[in-house]
Amino acid sequence: MQLQLEHRVTPSFRMMLLSPLIAVGLTLATGAIIFASLGKDPLAGLYFFFFEPLTVWWSFEEVLVKMTPLALIAAGLTICFLANVWNIGAEGQFIFGAIIGAILPVLFPELQGYYVLPIMLLMGFLGGMAYGLVPALFKVRFGANEILTSLMLVYVAELFLDWLVRGPWRNPGGLNFPETRQFHEFASMPIIGDDRLNIGFLIAVAVSILLFVFLTRTFSGFGVRLSGNAPKAAKFAGFDRNKTTYFVLGLSGALAGLAGIIEVAGPIDQLRPAISPGYGFTAIIVAFLGRLNPIGTLVAAFVLSITYIGGESAQITIGVTDKITRVFQGILLFYVLACDTLIVYRLRLRRATPPAMDGSNPQEASS
Amino acid sequence: MTPEIIVAVTVTIMTAATPLLLAAIGELVVERSGVLNLGVEGMMIIGAIAGFAGALSSGSAYIGILAAMIAAMALASLFALLVLAMAANQVATGLSITLLGLGLSGLIGQAYIGQPGVQLPKLDVPGLSDLPIVGPLLLSHDILLYASFAITAGVFWFLFKTRAGLILRAVGDNHSSAHAIGYPVLLVRFLAILFGGACAGLAGAYLSLSYTLQWVEGMSAGRGWIALALVVFASWRPFRVVAGAYLFGAVLILQFHAQAAGVQIPSQFLSALPYVATILVLILISRNRKLVQMNTPACLGQPFVADK
Amino acid sequence: MLSLSGITKRFGTLAANDAISLEVSKGEIHALLGENGAGKSTLVKILYGALAPDEGEIRWKGKSVRFANPAAARAAGIGMVFQHFSLFDALTVAENVALALPGDRKLSDIAKTLADVSKQYGLPLDPQAQIGDLSAGERQRVEIIRCLLANPELIIMDEPTSVLTPQEADALFETLRKLRAEGRSILYISHKLEEVRALCESATILRHGKVVGTCDPRETSKADLAAMMVGAGVADIRAATDDRAIGERALVVNGLSTQPASPFATALKDISFAVRHGTISAIAGIAGNGQSELFACLSGETLMQDASTILLFGQPAGTTGINERRRAGAAFVSEERLGHGAAPTLSLTDNVVLTRTAADPEMTTRGFVRRSRARSIRETICEAFDVRRGSPDPAAGSLSGGNLQKFIVGREIGRVPDLIIIDQPTWGVDAGAAQNIRQTLIDSAENGTAILVISQDLDEIFEIADEIAVLFEGRLSPFVPVKDTNREQIGLLMGGEGFEPSNTGQLNPLNTDANEPAAGGGHAASA
Repeated sequence: MQLQLEHRVTPSFRMMLLSPLIAVGLTLATGAIIFASLGKDPLAGLYFFFFEPLTVWWSFEEVLVKMTPLALIAAGLTICFLANVWNIGAEGQFIFGAIIGAILPVLFPELQGYYVLPIMLLMGFLGGMAYGLVPALFKVRFGANEILTSLMLVYVAELFLDWLVRGPWRNPGGLNFPETRQFHEFASMPIIGDDRLNIGFLIAVAVSILLFVFLTRTFSGFGVRLSGNAPKAAKFAGFDRNKTTYFVLGLSGALAGLAGIIEVAGPIDQLRPAISPGYGFTAIIVAFLGRLNPIGTLVAAFVLSITYIGGESAQITIGVTDKITRVFQGILLFYVLACDTLIVYRLRLRRATPPAMDGSNPQEASS
Repeated sequence: MTPEIIVAVTVTIMTAATPLLLAAIGELVVERSGVLNLGVEGMMIIGAIAGFAGALSSGSAYIGILAAMIAAMALASLFALLVLAMAANQVATGLSITLLGLGLSGLIGQAYIGQPGVQLPKLDVPGLSDLPIVGPLLLSHDILLYASFAITAGVFWFLFKTRAGLILRAVGDNHSSAHAIGYPVLLVRFLAILFGGACAGLAGAYLSLSYTLQWVEGMSAGRGWIALALVVFASWRPFRVVAGAYLFGAVLILQFHAQAAGVQIPSQFLSALPYVATILVLILISRNRKLVQMNTPACLGQPFVADK
Repeated sequence: MLSLSGITKRFGTLAANDAISLEVSKGEIHALLGENGAGKSTLVKILYGALAPDEGEIRWKGKSVRFANPAAARAAGIGMVFQHFSLFDALTVAENVALALPGDRKLSDIAKTLADVSKQYGLPLDPQAQIGDLSAGERQRVEIIRCLLANPELIIMDEPTSVLTPQEADALFETLRKLRAEGRSILYISHKLEEVRALCESATILRHGKVVGTCDPRETSKADLAAMMVGAGVADIRAATDDRAIGERALVVNGLSTQPASPFATALKDISFAVRHGTISAIAGIAGNGQSELFACLSGETLMQDASTILLFGQPAGTTGINERRRAGAAFVSEERLGHGAAPTLSLTDNVVLTRTAADPEMTTRGFVRRSRARSIRETICEAFDVRRGSPDPAAGSLSGGNLQKFIVGREIGRVPDLIIIDQPTWGVDAGAAQNIRQTLIDSAENGTAILVISQDLDEIFEIADEIAVLFEGRLSPFVPVKDTNREQIGLLMGGEGFEPSNTGQLNPLNTDANEPAAGGGHAASA
């Protein structure tokens, strides 16, 4: 028997909806196996990891808090990936946006007023955009591969942040901890939940909806989809490849930067050496699980956020390391990609050797 | 600087360059067959933890090397399953392999944090290894450093002097033609991906058995990505990979020596040097678009599905 | 020698081959005749081991066989010369040949044999040359030699003349007759009736996957062959009337030159010409002589340094993009349908949006696409041009080549543009759709549209064009009225005769006497 791919004439709409669900299902099944191999009760493991976070309000709220940066970054990455531009440096753009956005509360704490937060958000947005435009510039001007340059810039941003919080931006009133001063009240995101849920969540939802409308209803959004789908046809329709590259990398960088400043002005309220548990990379998974659709990524961000909270919860309740979160995330992306194949192709089992023909005997055929 | 210092510095450059060379030469073969494997970083780190764990539990660094190769090849097989059998997007699949590798290595590595590693022995040549200059430079290394050169030479010989190598290059240049005249495109690519995985595993083993001697989470620190850049830098030619790897080895070492020499630059800036250098090198090499276009395997990154 | 019986191959519900039977005897050139989509390629893939049949039997030298893969077919003595070359651009001629031979021969040895064989059959080649640098004709020689080195008893040739000048084709026929004289059989696949009648002694005619007749083409008239191949119902083209008004110059090109964009691209050298309202001007030439580069310059996908290099309706347009040129009244149909002229995975409606948005203010309101308008345009196109589709709004890639081309041509002509630039209007399109498209172009010209056709199909050009020029290695010969020239002369130009071999871009005056040796030589087909 042999497994074979057969091209579908038109992509299967049913599989488009089903494939993320199948992927999640397979991830759960694999998760059970992993829990069992760690000597834990698989069902209890799955329960504490994937469902328990949704059963109480405070952890549910935490899921929404953590989904905010994921949804924002993933919405931007969606536009990038649709245009066949591979920004995998969102983590760096997130950090850089956070740094630029934090300039006001860290360096100018005397500025107090309702104007501070909007300016911080704008600066975070622009900072992330600038950082995203760097690989775009390198790609357009020099042809340098954006996958590698954007990723290298992640390391650079991490080290830059590390230097800032240990050096020039370190809290003068702190006990030599590597962190900046706490943001004052005008520099913090207004809370809309009971604990840490802030208006950043609403921004993420609004941005996702806006991008959905942009992609599906406008001519420019059509151009973005086209340039990834059929680059020559996009040029034929008058869309300049270089402009598209700048646009999608700038926009996805900006949204990552916005996520960065929302994160540090929200749940963290200061800069520290590590401000992200890999949101920029997890958002790549979110983008694919959401089928490169900004509404889909909203749902997918919720799912991936559970894995963060679930990791913590499983560590406390059944004593597995929260490292398992990254494993689940990797497995999930793996299954999503595998299932996506089914949208464009049909899987066929066929016998390796064709059936014998009438009137021929095998010995003759082999001679 | 005395000759002794120069020799000592050169030897540290060699040790820094070896994992890059091992990973890059494997990826070169993969890319020559038309597949872009962004999972190198993940395969490398899984090799590092498997090598560390294998060596520790068996007491033999060589068993560790074997374990590293097997683990990285297992991850490579997963990659191959997706990009070959299911024609999935190679960029995204490579990323998923890297994320999976980083996650799994962290999970497995939990038990090994802080444990002392098993040192890969140096293969001294009795009498000769004590010679000044020549001894430390050429005759006093572990097996993986020698292997990195042997593999590079072997890859060159394979690609350009053997028929199998010709077939592999043909598959990377035009998979439809290769299929039309009857070559098994997917099988060739599968073997190339396995080889690339094995090399990434060796690179990881070198990190945890020779370079650092302990398990540190995320210890590959982007070396897999730098290896990918090196392949572009080398314009897909084996011996140029050596030059690139040693150049980067020098950059990596430079930061340590600069810090030791008391250079007044924040350590973070020095640590960023290899990454900035990677970007610069990519820009410099990519500027010559004709060179890159002439040498890039024409089918790189494109999935192949036979129309049966 | 070879006998096929009852070969059937289905793709989904479509029977690409339906119970096909065929006989080829030793030392015979047997034609497999049929138009695009008749099932010829599927049949030879089955014969060559690249596809497995669902039913039927292949008998080779009296024994029933089934080749698991092309290597098995080659080992049994069957060779194939592909239509879309199965060569490797980055490898040398010798390496390409080595790849198709059994593995026990040294490369240096192969290079030597290669030189011998190429001399023997009049197919000159440099074993060390890189394939990417060779012309289409030279590549075909590599394919043929590669095939011959395996010493095949049956050679399958798939549309071998589609990339050759008439003179190169004649040289190829000489080679094929030489091979026949050695006792080899040739299965010659074509849709060109003239060459089949000149070359082959027997023919099997396919239509819609079925055998519709066998005959001796030397004793069958062209009309009868055509009737069998196409079936009834394709009307002749109604030629344009001579009394139509020839108008102003719609497109003027002044000294257009480009740098090659990639290692294997062609540079355009000092191209100048004009296209008038009410005429069809055609640019002939073998593929790869700069056609796609010229199209990109005219469409605005490649921009000029100097705006006055291209004048559109009298206005400098060399530096304006494709959409401004569309708004000025120009329309473009590219050679590549899937991926360039249309996005294969997008719906027909989306593909209307693709090129119709720029010049249609009603298509968008403040940047938002009005899909209702796109849908109604789609329906208008599909009805006017008889586009057959499985559902109202399928993905462009699911249409057959002919229907997709009708859709694309309809999309552009439906705008009633003042200038149409169309590259390869009927390449790979079935006869009915081709006639339909050609007639549409003629009708548009009569209504005053200026039309520039870039085509590799000389039959098509002589059928519809008013004047002809030839593109060769990036240079363009002057346009001559179609009544003042003939296929022979155009064929010589396509082979480079009459072009200066230097890079100065100078062009010799067109030789009216075809027998006169051309200055400079070029690379004529010398066999």
